[in-house]
Amino acid sequence: MALIELKDVTVAFEGVNAVEGVSFRVEKGDYLVMVGENGSGKSTLVRAMLGLVHPKSGRIVYGDGLKRNQIGYLPQQTAAQRDFPASVEEVVLSGCASRLGQSFFYGRELRERAAEKIRMLDIEHLRNASYRNLSGGQQQRTLLARALCATDSLLLLDEPVTGLDPAATQELYSVIRKLNREHGVSVVMVSHDLKGAMADATRVVVVDRGVSFFGGIDEYRAWSARGEAR
Amino acid sequence: MAHVLEKLFGSGAPDGGSRAARIALAAIAALAALLVLCNLGALGAAMGELRLYLGYGFIRRALAVGTLVALCAALLGVTLVLKRYSMIGDGLSHVGFGALSVASALGFVTADSLPGFLPEGWRSGIAALCGRIAGNPLPFALAVVIALAFLILRISERSSLRGDAAIALLSTSALAVGVIAASLSSGMNVDVMNYMFGSILALSESDAAVSVALPLAVIALYLLFCNRIFAVTFDEPFARATGTKVGRCNLLISLLTAITIVTGMRLMGTMLISSLIIFPALTAMRLFARFRDVLLCSAIVSVICFVAGILLSCLWAMPAGAAIVMTNLAAFLLFTLIARARG
Repeated sequence: MALIELKDVTVAFEGVNAVEGVSFRVEKGDYLVMVGENGSGKSTLVRAMLGLVHPKSGRIVYGDGLKRNQIGYLPQQTAAQRDFPASVEEVVLSGCASRLGQSFFYGRELRERAAEKIRMLDIEHLRNASYRNLSGGQQQRTLLARALCATDSLLLLDEPVTGLDPAATQELYSVIRKLNREHGVSVVMVSHDLKGAMADATRVVVVDRGVSFFGGIDEYRAWSARGEAR
Repeated sequence: MAHVLEKLFGSGAPDGGSRAARIALAAIAALAALLVLCNLGALGAAMGELRLYLGYGFIRRALAVGTLVALCAALLGVTLVLKRYSMIGDGLSHVGFGALSVASALGFVTADSLPGFLPEGWRSGIAALCGRIAGNPLPFALAVVIALAFLILRISERSSLRGDAAIALLSTSALAVGVIAASLSSGMNVDVMNYMFGSILALSESDAAVSVALPLAVIALYLLFCNRIFAVTFDEPFARATGTKVGRCNLLISLLTAITIVTGMRLMGTMLISSLIIFPALTAMRLFARFRDVLLCSAIVSVICFVAGILLSCLWAMPAGAAIVMTNLAAFLLFTLIARARG
């Protein structure tokens, strides 16, 4: 069974269909890259997969032990966030907020979970540093650690390398690759950076108000070569 | 100047230094502001006068209630400023003014002044209700401001009207309603002036119990839900996607803000109460970069500035609200200076 399966999903935004008849699936262990032009409906699909908007028709099925609110989401950063006065530890711990259940404060178990993710992302030395003083790459690592607090199985990354310099971009890709291959975290990445993102992808979905392509990376290469030839 | 400050406070990197030391630094800085201000007057004579003032029940009430409200405002302020909701405090205080004015205007309603087509029993019933509201306007103002707080939240979440524009519309309308109610009933008299700019005499003995209980409840709720409020403030889409009840959290923040404003506005004045929310948070953020430190520092600065403001207002017979805004401004400038000096 797939982690997420979209079955003929149509999502409307302010009365207009943003995407129509979308079907694809995310399997365990996948590194799926979602590409498409601006306005192709990528963001809408992301929001639908997270349950932030409801599809007009079709179904989104979560399986393999994944619940809808256990997706590790890495949103695009807002200006307000960049200068937020909070330590790295506080930000990462906030990823556990949904696990608080009936209690008000983070217990030992959740603190240990946050500490583990901080180690995993190699930001232990920044633990008490202020989020607003970090470089773009360090901020993304912090947010990745937070996302991992919320999930055990699937990361959903929305344009994670936007605004990063080339070196930081490569570094972030290698971090994500490590999470995918060594820690068995499935990855869905929305990206503009075709070349960089494709290097590690196992599957690709091309969105253009619907799905124009969905398949393995090799099929994608053949498909896009055919498109260029045309 | 920079050199002296560095000597005094150390020149550690923004993240260096122990937390306790930095909190102490904040307290010292605010105290220094107070002392500088007090020194401008004749300190010796002033102390004797202060002892005299503290003998009055109403001053002690104002100090007790005000300190609690200052604490609430400091905590909520951090969240509201970071959520870019600063204007909500301002908007709600205008609504509070409208509600208080309408309440006191209701005191002029008599059974005879109501339209004749209503049955006799209804007329006397309505008149009695109006009299009760005018006699004890706090619950009425609280209900109105809470209702409007929820409305503002809904508007800024759902409507195509932009949030700040919607708040401006609502708050100026409420202000207009208040002014009309006041001028139709008793004119722009001392009562109305007191609503606008606050009065240290505003808290009657009968109000004191409620005015202490409400802020205590606000502080308790805020601290209990602190972790969830942080998650929602830092990143609403993430919190929503991972199953935190974002809607309820925002409702809670609105509710607590409304209560804080209504309890504090008679003391501070509706025109000035929002400064109690915004100033300490901004001041704390000048120097501190951890959320917990910002909360703590904001609370300390807020209380110190409040007490200093009240004392100044006693000594120089200034309106309390205005004096408190000025001490807050002094603390803000001082912190800005220190932040500059430390680079």
